Amino acid sequence: MHSAQRDSQVAIPLNLVEAINRALRQAMEDDDSVVLLGEDIATNGGVFRATEGLKEHFGLRRVMDTPLAENLIAGMSVGMASQGLKPVAEIQFMGFIYAALEQLISHAARLRNRTRGRLSCPLVIRAPFGGGIHAPEHHSESTEALFAHVPGLRVVIPSSPARAYGLLRAAIACPDPVLFLEPKRLYRLQRLPVAIDDEPLPLDRCFTLRAGEDVSLISWGAMIHETLAAADQLAEDGIKADVIDVATLNPLDRDTLIATAGKTGRVVIVHEAPFTGGFGAEIAATLASDALMHLRAPIERVTGYDTPMPYFAMEQQYMPRVERIVAAAKRCMAY
Amino acid sequence: MFSSAPYTMHERLPSLDSNSDWSRLIQAYQAMALIRCFDKKAVNLQRTGQLGTYASCLGAEAITVGAGLSLENHDYFVPYYRDHATQYLRGVPLYQILQYWGGDERGNAFPAQTPAVRDLPNCVPIASQLTQAAGIATKAKLCHESAAVLATCGDGATSRGDFYESLNVAGVWQLPLVVMVNNNQWAISVPGRLQTASQSIAHKAEAAGIEGIRVDGNDLPAMLDVLDYALDKARHGKGATLVEAVSYRLSDHTTADDASRYRKASELHAAWQREPVARLRQALVDAGHWQADQEKQWQTHCQQEVDKAVQTYLQQPPQVPTDMLDYLYETLPESLQAQRTVLSEHAGGRHA
Ligand SMILES: [Mg+2]
Repeated sequence: MHSAQRDSQVAIPLNLVEAINRALRQAMEDDDSVVLLGEDIATNGGVFRATEGLKEHFGLRRVMDTPLAENLIAGMSVGMASQGLKPVAEIQFMGFIYAALEQLISHAARLRNRTRGRLSCPLVIRAPFGGGIHAPEHHSESTEALFAHVPGLRVVIPSSPARAYGLLRAAIACPDPVLFLEPKRLYRLQRLPVAIDDEPLPLDRCFTLRAGEDVSLISWGAMIHETLAAADQLAEDGIKADVIDVATLNPLDRDTLIATAGKTGRVVIVHEAPFTGGFGAEIAATLASDALMHLRAPIERVTGYDTPMPYFAMEQQYMPRVERIVAAAKRCMAY
Repeated sequence: MFSSAPYTMHERLPSLDSNSDWSRLIQAYQAMALIRCFDKKAVNLQRTGQLGTYASCLGAEAITVGAGLSLENHDYFVPYYRDHATQYLRGVPLYQILQYWGGDERGNAFPAQTPAVRDLPNCVPIASQLTQAAGIATKAKLCHESAAVLATCGDGATSRGDFYESLNVAGVWQLPLVVMVNNNQWAISVPGRLQTASQSIAHKAEAAGIEGIRVDGNDLPAMLDVLDYALDKARHGKGATLVEAVSYRLSDHTTADDASRYRKASELHAAWQREPVARLRQALVDAGHWQADQEKQWQTHCQQEVDKAVQTYLQQPPQVPTDMLDYLYETLPESLQAQRTVLSEHAGGRHA
């Protein structure tokens, strides 16, 4: 029955922010307990228009403009989620999420655990993250590693419209708290076909975007774009890259990462966040212990520098570029 | 019906109206005496190494019992960590309260079929429960429940942004929320005058556009008046209330604290003259509704109940170590299976 249903469905061309909007709309249609809250999300439809039209469709009771307080948004979401609602909260930019940390770390992530299953916290916090759109100060950070360190908090990062749709549907359906980080540089980059079906994507699996046996390029979020471009360039030189979109930092699909390292023996990890203590370090450590005998070259990490995200005049110099990824892959090949 | 001029202290004791609800007042006194007895035992258990750090409710009995009696079953309770009597009156057994303070998360798995089953557990990070209470109040409003949410906190919590953020949204959204501050004059070692320059804590309601009420937190009948009023108002969609219950912390902050380092003995001695349990007992005795033999019987009963709770607490089997992983997610992610195996192999039982 399900496959017949899928056959009848047409893939619709959507950009990433439109896919988010579609996923929210569909989740709200399917489940009355899904409510949205955040700053400027109702009448304005969100500063990136992720919630455009939803207030008109579902009303102010389910699409709530909150007072301007991120800590409040997170705390209210915890309260709602503890009593059976499924709040999907928007933090306008990841640079403002820190006021919500206490709620996420001390409450959302541990409510089920500390009540031994009596209460749970099925919330989703959405936040646009990452640089490259010439935004004001504090609007371009990538601090996903802070959150991936928190037991009990799932961290999910889509890198295409289809994965944005499928992963957000899964995140909303998930009974655990999810931080859903949206690479805002990709919001309007391109429209790609998105199948609007009911099959959610897994929240604990990497996606293999391209298969190759020479080198593994591992990344997530907006950097998938540069990583795929690097794979194209390497292919011109006859180097075939496995491209892995990690997509869920917590829980981490170590098996897929170990398998790709086992296959190629050469690994380049790419992320926009700073180097030291970045999530690439966790992946590198995993491979250093669990794929050591297969490695043919030191693990390379192509990342941002250990500096605050520069204001936009210098953000391009900060962000990992295709050339750096290609050069790292070639160092692996030449080792 | 309760009414008072804004921010003036509402008081009822020492004498009671002849048309008081005597059975409710007696029930309140009995609960206050029970929790006083429990509290003393809990401190002793900590002193003898049988309980972890414990936050005493000595001096807060009228507040925590008043809350328990004013809440209806379908209301929600969002506590800080000094409302043991409210939890008890909502259906949490005394042994489970000890289990929580004994370092065991099972103490937060409140029993099904009791009003407590939906209540939030104790909240240790100061004031962070208040935004959650606002979220629960939003849920109650969205779902057209005629339920109120009662959140409690201490005077120190009123300095945190969470406190204002919660009152603020409760004002804007007309939430069915009552925030009750136990102003016991001390936030660990910092006295109220160093916490705020506001004329009173109740005055802080003004900025949020909600009603603020001061009440004598050592006066159980006054507490019932105010909480009945505020919770009823919330249930009927008439908005949020800030209640400042003025009491005095007769204990140390917790068993890990030594208040003699920062608090004068004379101040403590003066505060004992107004303590809530003796005040209510005296008023009931004066009105002829509580006799010496009843008192004796009830004290014996309290001791028996507390002893039973201690026995039950001490007899609980240890937790299974893998519980720390098994309750983290609804389903343990595959990636944690290896850690779970290590844990179950290396943490065979309770550490001696
Ligand atoms: Mg205090």
